[in-house]
Amino acid sequence: MENEYVLVMEGISKQFPGVRALNNVELRVRRGTVHALMGENGAGKSTLMKCLIGIYTPDSGTITFKGERLNITSTHYALAKGISMIHQELNPVPEMTVAENIYLGREPMTPYALVDMRKMNRMASELLERLHIKIRPTARMRDLSIANMQLAEIAKAVSYNSDLIIMDEPTSAITEAEVAVLFDIIKSLTAQGCAVIYITHKMDEVFKITDEVTVFRDGQYVASEATAKLTRDMLIEQMVGRTLTAMFHKETAEMGSVFLDVVNLSGKGFRNVSFQVRRGEILGLAGLMGAGRTELMDGVFGVTPSNGGSIRINGKPVRIRSPADAIRNGMALLTEDRKLTGLYLNATVRENIFIANINRYLVGPFLRFSQIEKDCEKMRGLMRVKTPSLMQIIKNLSGGNQQKVLIARWLLTEPDLLILDEPTRGIDVGAKSEIYRLMTEFVRSGKAIIMISSELPEVLGMSDRIMVMHEGDKVGELSRAEATQEKILQMATGMKIPTSLAA
Amino acid sequence: MANPGVVTTAGEAAKRPAGGQMLSSIFSKYGIFIIFAVMVVVASLLSPAFLSEINLINVVRQMSVVGLIALGVTGVIVSGGIDLSSGSVVGLSAVVAASLAQSTDSSAPLYPGLQLPFIAPLMMACGVGALVGWINGGLVAKTRIPPFIATLGTYTAVRGAAMLYTNGRPVSDLTDSYDFVGQGALAGIPVPILILVVMAVVTHILYARTKFGKYVYAIGGNEQAARVSGINTGRYKMLIYIYAGLLAGLAGLVVSSRIGSGQPGLGVGYELDAIAAAVIGGTSLSAGGIGTVAGTIIGALIIGVLNNILDLMNVSAYWQQIIKGAIIVGAVILDQLKHRGGK
Repeated sequence: MENEYVLVMEGISKQFPGVRALNNVELRVRRGTVHALMGENGAGKSTLMKCLIGIYTPDSGTITFKGERLNITSTHYALAKGISMIHQELNPVPEMTVAENIYLGREPMTPYALVDMRKMNRMASELLERLHIKIRPTARMRDLSIANMQLAEIAKAVSYNSDLIIMDEPTSAITEAEVAVLFDIIKSLTAQGCAVIYITHKMDEVFKITDEVTVFRDGQYVASEATAKLTRDMLIEQMVGRTLTAMFHKETAEMGSVFLDVVNLSGKGFRNVSFQVRRGEILGLAGLMGAGRTELMDGVFGVTPSNGGSIRINGKPVRIRSPADAIRNGMALLTEDRKLTGLYLNATVRENIFIANINRYLVGPFLRFSQIEKDCEKMRGLMRVKTPSLMQIIKNLSGGNQQKVLIARWLLTEPDLLILDEPTRGIDVGAKSEIYRLMTEFVRSGKAIIMISSELPEVLGMSDRIMVMHEGDKVGELSRAEATQEKILQMATGMKIPTSLAA
Repeated sequence: MANPGVVTTAGEAAKRPAGGQMLSSIFSKYGIFIIFAVMVVVASLLSPAFLSEINLINVVRQMSVVGLIALGVTGVIVSGGIDLSSGSVVGLSAVVAASLAQSTDSSAPLYPGLQLPFIAPLMMACGVGALVGWINGGLVAKTRIPPFIATLGTYTAVRGAAMLYTNGRPVSDLTDSYDFVGQGALAGIPVPILILVVMAVVTHILYARTKFGKYVYAIGGNEQAARVSGINTGRYKMLIYIYAGLLAGLAGLVVSSRIGSGQPGLGVGYELDAIAAAVIGGTSLSAGGIGTVAGTIIGALIIGVLNNILDLMNVSAYWQQIIKGAIIVGAVILDQLKHRGGK
């Protein structure tokens, strides 16, 4: 009975500072099968796989692989035991050849302690041929297309001759033709008794290639089931699962005139996107990771260049070439990663609040600190920032309070449009509901918000209208009344459904 | 974060190696060699003395010490690091090696009566360098402080150690066998040049053909990838700093032998010349994982030829420094343009 499973993970927990990423989860994978691991962003799928391959060490729980209890402490050990992984982020060494990348860490040697390049290239070319991948082993990785890079990574994972291969969204960067190659590879692997853990957001792939599905939600194990016994709707329900709480403080504001009107905008990571935002409106922007939501907002805000299309503000055409242009036109952007692109971690709360507004306080070359003090104190009260003083160094504040300080920074610039990219990621429930309250107050004063969020309850709870993106395209829009988690998820996974709403 | 939203289409990928870009791809690969060839031609036109055998040997001999250091520094930079301590290592290894090679009739021997075969100072020079490299590598790999800071620390401390060792005085009256390394010649070719050639070949094989070399490039190119491939990245970082230290130690022996005296102040600024040679030769300070021994040797030769021709034309030493600085910056700008174009 025990032998049926090649891998049994039980009671796995993993805590990160402030986040419980995995809470007592389990996963059982049968020999020679493809096992789908599903869940929304942040459900803990990738974290569990990183525990399995030795990038993270779980805080508790046991891993039994091929009947042997393993304590996996390094990638090297996992590989040696017969577990390999295709990572979601591409991991090539760009200046090296395909063959060098495939056999990195396991180079064949000549008797003179030199790397046997000829043998390595021969092995790589045999491997690629066997897998029907048409790449030259001597090509430099950086010269390959992204799809071919991904195929090379797949070949690398296969070349370990593992008993278990983890594939973390292997098709996110490849086209239909390469997907067919990958599926053939998977079939021949399972025929030889190798098991595959397959992480994906794409429903049709799950039903096409996998034998069993395990669903995670918010770091918790939900269920495992044979794929044949499942339907799409059942699966989506298991992934979404939760009920909406009353934490969303939503009062509809009076809709005003169109503030921002974007027509056919394209740029790095998004194509031909059109949308409008009205005064008094919260526009939710939903989609999976990599759907191009952040890229779109970066394009609108002038962080990255956009081309084609036009942007109108208050009906007037504008050209936005830099964030300074955007700010001048009444926009503000709260970035996705507050540590990386938002906060000055070693500066005080006060500095972090007024930095974007510094010109207003200049008298000649000097700053009017009395006025700064007054405004920052006002913001602190408005945002209910919990800090002993304005002179506190911001990195000592909790994540939620840091986020409030950032919002205060942008409110101080008195924008007409506030773009919030994942405004409540990684912050506690109390701070979340305060941020929702502020968003509501903001739009009630006749201003507009665009909110990017990967948390569907948040999108549904706060938005007046929801725009869904998939792989750089706008899939459609849903009104507050017609939107459900299931509909959004279907659209976000690329299943086009007709939408009733005209823009 | 990767950007899965950007998908290179098949058409775009097929376009890349096509004919129009052939020329620019050749230039970006061999550009530095072409520039060097052009420089030699221009130099020989500007001054007939340039192509004389004596002058050419002189150019190569003058660059041999910095070239030796640059071989190791190239590996360190390829691994994603930097080594500022090599000039100080030259000073320390010079005094330590020389102190083991004073002739018995020396007027002020550091160790009176000491008589050792030549292998002893040679081993000590390399050993002292490797020791400093081990400290550098340990700081970088274990404490994770930035390589710039770690080697800035050893840069200062090692110079102090060199001064301390001799109390600031030079170590003179060296044995004939010691002097031969810097001043002698075999078949008409000065020994320092021979050492450089041998070490360049050895280093080339080490970097391009061994597992060690492959891992140094992999770590510099994508440390995360190297780690998930099961490579002990710390160990190989350690080793490349040790190798760079060893070469700098050897360079210290060559310089002290050439001037017939081990002086604790030797090698000041050599670390920067070595970095300049590597960078001019195409080693990327910004990207990591990029750089070759051949490029670095050419880089060192370019600096050497430039100095030489400016000397021959009686350009003032001050101007020479300004021109050298401009060339270093120019080389890095070229490097960045190259990589921007490639992506």
